[in-house]
Amino acid sequence: MVAVGSWGRLGIHDHRMQLLADRARVHGDISGQRQGLAFGMGRSYGDVCLNPGGTLWDLRSLDRFIAFDEQTGRLRCESGTLLREIQRFGVTRGWMLPVVPGTQYVTVGGAIANDVHGKNHHRYGCFGDHVTQLTLARTSGEVLSCLPGDTMFAATVGGLGLTGVIVEAELQLRRVPGPWLDVETLPYQDLQQFFTLADASEPDWEHTVSWIDCLHPSGRGIFMRANSVAADQPEPPSRADVRFPFVPPTSLVNRLSLRSFNAMYYHLKKTQPRSLQHYVQFFHPLDRIQDWNRMYGPHGFYQYQCVLPREAGATGIQAMLKTIRRAGMGSFLAVLKTFGQRDAVGMLSFARPGVTLALDFPNAGAPTLALFERLDAIVLEAGGRLYPAKDARMPRALFEAGYPRLQEFLPLRDAGISSAMSRRLLGN
Amino acid sequence: MSKKRIVIIGASSAIAEHCARLWTREAADFLLVGRDLARVQRIADDLRVRSPQSAIQTVDIDFLSADAISVLAEQAAQLGIDIVLIAHGDLPQQVSCEQDIHLAQAALQINGVSPALFAEAFAKQLARQGHGTIALIGSVAGDRGRKANYVYGAGKGMVERYAQGLQHRFASTGVNILLIKPGPTATPMTAHLAPAGLAKVEQVAHAIVKAIEAGKPVAYVPAKWQVIMLIVQHLPRWIFHKLNI
Repeated sequence: MVAVGSWGRLGIHDHRMQLLADRARVHGDISGQRQGLAFGMGRSYGDVCLNPGGTLWDLRSLDRFIAFDEQTGRLRCESGTLLREIQRFGVTRGWMLPVVPGTQYVTVGGAIANDVHGKNHHRYGCFGDHVTQLTLARTSGEVLSCLPGDTMFAATVGGLGLTGVIVEAELQLRRVPGPWLDVETLPYQDLQQFFTLADASEPDWEHTVSWIDCLHPSGRGIFMRANSVAADQPEPPSRADVRFPFVPPTSLVNRLSLRSFNAMYYHLKKTQPRSLQHYVQFFHPLDRIQDWNRMYGPHGFYQYQCVLPREAGATGIQAMLKTIRRAGMGSFLAVLKTFGQRDAVGMLSFARPGVTLALDFPNAGAPTLALFERLDAIVLEAGGRLYPAKDARMPRALFEAGYPRLQEFLPLRDAGISSAMSRRLLGN
Repeated sequence: MSKKRIVIIGASSAIAEHCARLWTREAADFLLVGRDLARVQRIADDLRVRSPQSAIQTVDIDFLSADAISVLAEQAAQLGIDIVLIAHGDLPQQVSCEQDIHLAQAALQINGVSPALFAEAFAKQLARQGHGTIALIGSVAGDRGRKANYVYGAGKGMVERYAQGLQHRFASTGVNILLIKPGPTATPMTAHLAPAGLAKVEQVAHAIVKAIEAGKPVAYVPAKWQVIMLIVQHLPRWIFHKLNI
């Protein structure tokens, strides 16, 4: 048994780890066993990647490229391949992943199973929109080839790993002029200004995102928008990553530190109007600090990420920020962003048209959970939903209300697969 | 400069595979030798995607056949060889070896006799061409017999003794013999061990490629194992025998 936890560090549980190292044997390796779950980098925050007391199928050794067509940009690879490897491989050839999440230390399989999104949702949708085929091994011993449009494809993209083990995938990369982005940084004073900026930026800017100062009464923040550009600039020397060296006895993110953090960050950022940034710096700033999740101390932290439909968005977000301020809690890594008008591929994909707010909270026990209940009520009222990849505690009713295609999904599950999240939200 | 010619024995070992990925940063010619051709071919496909300019051949042979090994070395040497990496191995369950002597025999053969024979066969070819590197993957387990893994350790100890002899034989020639001693590394071979304390396979591969470039005789990877094993080797028996390692 091996102790495994997820990125939120809320708990560490014993698992039987079974390494899947040969892609031709996965269907045999996973069949006829007690229930298991595919495991990659463990970068999801809550319990979607955990199966306490059960088996985790470790896919990190299945990290081979299979084929690449330099003309069309189609890349076929094993599902344990890291997005980082694909980016490094592709960027020198003028091809990159169309959609990347905040960290590139995730596997292709994990990116598909959580149908992750990036800062360019309004232009490129989610990760699953660029998967052109996937190979799924089921614990029945079957191996299925799934194409966009297939029912099993729609169940597996965003399917939380519950429909089988993704063994291989074919991805459509996109042409890029190089690793650089032209980034514009604009301060905003309140939510109204945020929405105006977001709407005005979407036609001409591929990437839009904002950091919001959730402690400030007006809801000020920093809006960032960016486009890929050709730049005659050498690759920056690869600096060694910094590692957060230890788990502090208590969270370093607290009421005192937050206020100064946020004020400092706001004033620092608002004076940098335009810059040329490398893609790692722009897309994955936190990747530079390995184990940054340790800063929340021994009890770990929660991420709370919701999406609200646009109609209810402004008032809903306003109400959530007010609730957080009133509770005297706050978040440093607070991200506010609009999603484009497009439906996701997956039955349980998170992204939908509207506005998404992501917040992190040190785990302070009951008061933190009580705050989440109040936030849940706002999300439910607004017709929104929470992101399973970040979640460790949402009530079943909220999940069911947020994901109307759940009933369609359930019969497509693989009976030999179970996770802590599926037991919590689906009953088995 | 012409492309490097690299022969990898046990090409589907995780450490060898990651060395090969590093070597594809510049186009090279590879001969990948394994026991399971399908697995070796999957690795070859990956390397071809990474480096379309590299030429990659695959072959499977009997790793315990002296004839097959010497024929392979002769054929491989026809176009010249710059690097031979001998990387194969199997970590047996020590307890199973104690219960079934056939398992002990198989482990000694694949971890000890087989790499020694490959080294001997390629030494003959490199002696003829007068240059090149043979890198053998030993193990810290070969430094001192321990109850936890002495069957494996004895095989790896044989690799060490063989490397030493070859180093003596090729001293002050253009042929370099490198003995690599990885500490426990996170690979499929160690999947049943707890991940904490295992070195990352990428780091180990990186250190190996650097040691080959530098023409070193011995490389512990990660380097801290040199200190640890120095202590383990010199512990007086009366202390050592009280340790549960």
